[in-house]
Amino acid sequence: MTAFHNIVVVGGGGAGLRAAVAIAEANPLLSVAIVSKVYPMRSHTVSAEGGAAAVIAEGDTIDEHAYDTVSGGDWLTDQDAVEAFVEEAPKELLRLEHQGCPWSRRPDGHIAVRAFGGMKKKRTWFAADKTGFHLLHTLFQTSLSCSDIVRYDEWFVTKLLSDEGRVHGVVAIEMATGRIETIIANAVIVCTGGCGRVFPFTTNANIKTGDGMALAYRAGAPLKDMEFVQYHPTGLPFTGILITEATRAEGGWLLNKDGYRYLQDYDLGKPTPEPVMRSMELGPRDRLSQAFMHEHAKGRTIDTPYGPVVHLDLRHLGAQVIDTKLPFVRELCSKYERIDPVKELIPVRPVVHYMMGGVHTDINGATPVEGLYAAGEVACVSINGANRLGSNSLPELLVFGARAGQAAAEYVRTLQKGSTSAAYAQGRDEERRLTKELRKHDAGTERIADIRTEMQTTMEDGAGIYRDGDSLDKAFVKLHELRERFDRAAVDDHSTTFNTELVALLELDFMLDIAQSIVACAIKRTESRGAHQRTDFPKRDDEKFLAHSLVHRPNKVEYLPVTITRWPPGERVYGR
Amino acid sequence: MARKRTTITMEVTRFRPGEDSEPTLQSYEVPLRKEWAVLDGLNHIKDHLDGTLSYRWSCRMGICGSCGMTVNGKPQLSCATFLVDYAPGPVRVEPLRNFPVIRDLVVDISDFMTKLPKVKPWLIHEGETPEGEFLQTPQEMDEYKKYSMCINCMLCYSACPVYALEPEFLGPAAIALGQRYNLDSRDDGDRRDVLASAEGVWACTFVGECSTACPKGVDPAGAIQRYKLTAAVAALKDFLLPRGARR
Ligand SMILES: Cc1cc2nc3c(=O)[nH]c(=O)nc-3n(C[C@H](O)[C@H](O)[C@H](O)COP(=O)(O)OP(=O)(O)OC[C@H]3O[C@@H](n4cnc5c(N)ncnc54)[C@H](O)[C@@H]3O)c2cc1C
Ligand code: SF4
Ligand code: FES
Repeated sequence: MTAFHNIVVVGGGGAGLRAAVAIAEANPLLSVAIVSKVYPMRSHTVSAEGGAAAVIAEGDTIDEHAYDTVSGGDWLTDQDAVEAFVEEAPKELLRLEHQGCPWSRRPDGHIAVRAFGGMKKKRTWFAADKTGFHLLHTLFQTSLSCSDIVRYDEWFVTKLLSDEGRVHGVVAIEMATGRIETIIANAVIVCTGGCGRVFPFTTNANIKTGDGMALAYRAGAPLKDMEFVQYHPTGLPFTGILITEATRAEGGWLLNKDGYRYLQDYDLGKPTPEPVMRSMELGPRDRLSQAFMHEHAKGRTIDTPYGPVVHLDLRHLGAQVIDTKLPFVRELCSKYERIDPVKELIPVRPVVHYMMGGVHTDINGATPVEGLYAAGEVACVSINGANRLGSNSLPELLVFGARAGQAAAEYVRTLQKGSTSAAYAQGRDEERRLTKELRKHDAGTERIADIRTEMQTTMEDGAGIYRDGDSLDKAFVKLHELRERFDRAAVDDHSTTFNTELVALLELDFMLDIAQSIVACAIKRTESRGAHQRTDFPKRDDEKFLAHSLVHRPNKVEYLPVTITRWPPGERVYGR
Repeated sequence: MARKRTTITMEVTRFRPGEDSEPTLQSYEVPLRKEWAVLDGLNHIKDHLDGTLSYRWSCRMGICGSCGMTVNGKPQLSCATFLVDYAPGPVRVEPLRNFPVIRDLVVDISDFMTKLPKVKPWLIHEGETPEGEFLQTPQEMDEYKKYSMCINCMLCYSACPVYALEPEFLGPAAIALGQRYNLDSRDDGDRRDVLASAEGVWACTFVGECSTACPKGVDPAGAIQRYKLTAAVAALKDFLLPRGARR
């Protein structure tokens, strides 16, 4: 079976929906499709809690947002991209407001903003603490008014078709029936989100398996800055459910086992009763997660069956603030920890949260493969550099989703007709591979879950918050072994109907590629910057590494200089 | 002293329409841990006991709406329902009711997906869009806020006796979402043709099961009742007032 669209968007999260609408607006004559392995409103964007940053408040400036983002990213951000981002973010959030997004308000009816980690001014728009949920549902529901967007809901993309450096579409499986279809397209925009599931303990949903990164990588696009994995300092033990940074923005404290606000020992400022911007609990995530590791080494964390924790204290905020600004936090604590944050301390520990790296794109979402674009967490533009600031990702989805959509529409308009016969042949090959894959794994002896778990612990042990040459080398060898064992993974499910075991196999296949690329980049970067901390190379080295890593298949790493426009590299200063 | 139970039996529906003649229940013994949601039990089965079991899940934090199932007879989010609350067991996990089954615990929700656009769940604004934001006070937001909290999990449809008998019924969540925009101070839309149609609010006999089932406090039954009043008043106005004076 085959279908044709001018542009296929893979993924129906914040980035994918925004891209699709941008295409429909740029040229209503184009045929646009969204292919998504879950219904769009189930996409992971739905889980985002804290908010979306964009300058709107009086006394705030675009330049300050840019500086916070550049310094927060430890100067690995491309400053031209950051400038475009901070400029366009307010327009995007206003656009959502005009579409009905229930942003939290001040009593006078204007948009309210809150503080966020690493930001010098209050500039984070929020919809209580369900920002991503409201953002995604607003985008999705609004997209329903645009009946021209064709949707393939619950279709799993297994391959990008590409020939001579140009993309020609995708191959996807319809989950409900097992039907395998070649979908030919002039351009493809990958918006598949992040890859937190490569690690054992993560805030990320089950679907975040880095599919799009691997798809693009296999189609010849390099991945950028893959060694930069963000640990969020406050996840609930066992589940890994996120307790949003907004808790600290509203005034929450981090306490060690002695009830001491330990961040003051890590060059993050002095404790004050009221929160201070860019200080203490409102420092950047990389520094806070690293501080936790030191507290643990000093024996000042609390042991639990699910690893060491510290405490997040919200008690002094009172029920009123918690219920209006952080109701979801109260709900999550009560459900998953059986505690009430109004009266009790919340146990938290660092948790893998976000992928700074991703598919290498330019400022318009274009990858080096012709006709292939990427936007959202799957992409690396890069505005996040070595450490993303909280609340920059949601506006990034919108700004760069829109840009990628517009750029793809423009590309398709000027496109010379090319031959698609190679694409059809590839589509047939992929169909055969998938059928064969299933049969081959019939006789498998290894459980998918076992390989997956071993991959995850390998990543945590070898490429966690702190890494060194040794731990990384070991991880690399182990991943190689797991790749071999993957060939013997068993698939017991032979049905074509909603075969989630096959999906788990394909996802593991993608994740193994991504895990290797992370480790390969981390081995080569012999410095410490942002979220990449090498105990054997503890200093930042601008001379050699003020540059993005670009990894090409298989695991070949080269470097690309960072774009600096107005902010020369400096020291990252917080709390002083 | 009796030893504390460390496992619990899960009885799970297995069914592949077209391949199996009818649904069967399969029992699995899973660890009983205080932190484990029903979903963790299913994941244990899938990962360690039986890879062929199919179900949907993603966020495991009660927000993506994927994991609705019938647990011991009641519609629940399996990621937000805990095994210990069913100890000593067994706990029975079946697909959501009132939907065709695709496979095992996976149901077909395409009926809802076709109905949703009919209520025009988007902001309809007549006149100019302001340069900045629309002003909306927190009180104005409170008018519609709870109806905007719907995660499309389908528990209300599964609980609704009207939907069970009248598949044409728009259903609780779709109507609540229509109301969500009707009550938004920024919206000027008219959704009467759909909401006040035979398949709309009037089909509801006010059983209220939907609001009881809803895990997010949306109160679709309240939305329906409220819209019945709006529709009745509007119909009366249509009848009494000359054209032009309506609205
Ligand atoms: C718990 C949590 C809270 C967060 N809070 C915030 C916050 O407050 N502020 C902020 O700025 N950021 C936040 N983030 C980060 C932000 O939410 C994410 O980076 C962002 O939502 C990613 O959006 P996306 O559109 O790139 O991808 P997603 O929303 O993850 O969507 C990916 C899409 O791709 C599809 N897909 C994937 N693989 C395939 C495939 N093989 N075939 C077909 N389709 C596929 C999926 O179906 C899905 O539709 C948070 C993240 C987490 C985990
Ligand atoms: S109204 Fe409640 S039960 Fe119904 S779909 Fe929405 S969230 Fe689920
Ligand atoms: S898995 Fe998302 S609501 Fe349960």
